Amino acid sequence: MAKITKSPWLLHYDGSSCNGCDIEVLACLTPVYDVERFGIINTGNPKHADIFLVTGGINEKNKAVVKQLYDQMPEPKVVVAVGICACNGGVFKDAYNIIGGVDKAIPVDVYVPGCAARPEAIIDGVVKALGVLDEKQKAFKAAKKQKGATK
Amino acid sequence: MSKRSIVPFGPQHPVLPEPIHLDLVLEDEKVVEAIPSIGFVHRGLEKLVEKRNFHDYMYVIERICGICSFMHGMGYAEGIERIMDVEIPDRAKYLRTIWCEMSRLHSHLLWLGLLADAFGFESLFMHCWRMRETILDMFEASTGGRVIFSVNKIGGVLKDMDNSMLRTFVDMFDKMEEEVRQLTNVFLKDYTVANRLKGVGILTKEDAIINGAVGPMMRAAGIATDTRKLGYAAYGDIDFDIITGKDCDSFARCEVRINEIFQSFNIIRQAVAKIPEGPIAVDVKGNPNGEAFVRLEQPRGEAVFYFRGDGTQFLNRARVRTPTFANIPSLVKILEGCDFADVPILVLTIDPCVSCTER
Repeated sequence: MAKITKSPWLLHYDGSSCNGCDIEVLACLTPVYDVERFGIINTGNPKHADIFLVTGGINEKNKAVVKQLYDQMPEPKVVVAVGICACNGGVFKDAYNIIGGVDKAIPVDVYVPGCAARPEAIIDGVVKALGVLDEKQKAFKAAKKQKGATK
Repeated sequence: MSKRSIVPFGPQHPVLPEPIHLDLVLEDEKVVEAIPSIGFVHRGLEKLVEKRNFHDYMYVIERICGICSFMHGMGYAEGIERIMDVEIPDRAKYLRTIWCEMSRLHSHLLWLGLLADAFGFESLFMHCWRMRETILDMFEASTGGRVIFSVNKIGGVLKDMDNSMLRTFVDMFDKMEEEVRQLTNVFLKDYTVANRLKGVGILTKEDAIINGAVGPMMRAAGIATDTRKLGYAAYGDIDFDIITGKDCDSFARCEVRINEIFQSFNIIRQAVAKIPEGPIAVDVKGNPNGEAFVRLEQPRGEAVFYFRGDGTQFLNRARVRTPTFANIPSLVKILEGCDFADVPILVLTIDPCVSCTER
């Protein structure tokens, strides 16, 4: 946990999950698991968010919504797929309206397994995402510097 | 008349954990019309019944919704048991009743928390969810899962709760009741809560009937309907009254759900006192051939299940009419003429479960 230097904010969107993972994501924010002690806040605004938590698979109707939310988030950003449905479609894989996991719409960095994903697993996934975020930030800064040098 | 404007609400909205979209037609600050559009969570799991063995389909139907997953599984089990003429052991009926009421408890506490969050009472939200965790711990101890339990099977239940565990649970509920009473007193007595809820979103008795409301929406309008009185599982042996409200507004709906929390404590106590010894499941042989309707009282209202089998291991048809779907016409009705700022609260007072609605 030593690597947390800023307070990363979360954006949560329910793709097409059964609610199970969503209430576990919310449970992470409430007193028993309480990720707020690390400065992690659930924000409703994609423009404030660093980490995008998506639960559930992708279908025709929400594909554009997930894509749009992802595009609205500022760089650098990390996507966490929470639950088996978000990873590959899970129990609904064969259902006619499910295209597949979240990676069918946007690039995913961390996959959290489980049905429903336990809060401990979600927190673990978010901590992994923080590491990815750190690396992305460094790469982002380096790219910016290089761009400045060539100008 | 002032100019009309359309404000989109959702699918992603801070107050909603789930996606639902409403187009709100506004005249100044008043909502004139609300046009709902659903389908963001549609997976098509009723169709999956043709691809899965009818025993395995239990794991799919439970995942209609993570909040009332137990009751969806139970509705399916009851339906298939009716088709196949299976009489389940009494102990299994009581265990199902206890888990049902525990689901209702955790669902209502969850809803109270979300409501508190919607009117900006953050600490109340946290307290509700803290108490809910105790019930989830009990679920974990008795079934092994926190939100998806997979404890129903056709012909009974998969896991037993021994008597010492049941006694411990009752002790825990006794302690919890005190705490919950303190918590709900805030909802019932605090003037900030009353200011946000009283007189907001009135759904009269006539409107509730015309729009076909179910569950706490209907009961808050003063109409006593409760499918538990049909006596499925062990409810026939349990003594309880239907809770109704008078004022038909958001506050009445909150009050009805709060009273139902205490009713659930009561039902669990009665069930634990009466639970008989014996087996928890019977063997089921053969395939379902025929059709069945099942009605269940879920935390959000009445759910209707329909199943049809043709003697093979795959069912022909599964259909679920979930309570939130039945409550959407009432939601559209109460949104007409409300203040724009009240929209999140009104959406929450029907206790929306979008993944149930769209399946």
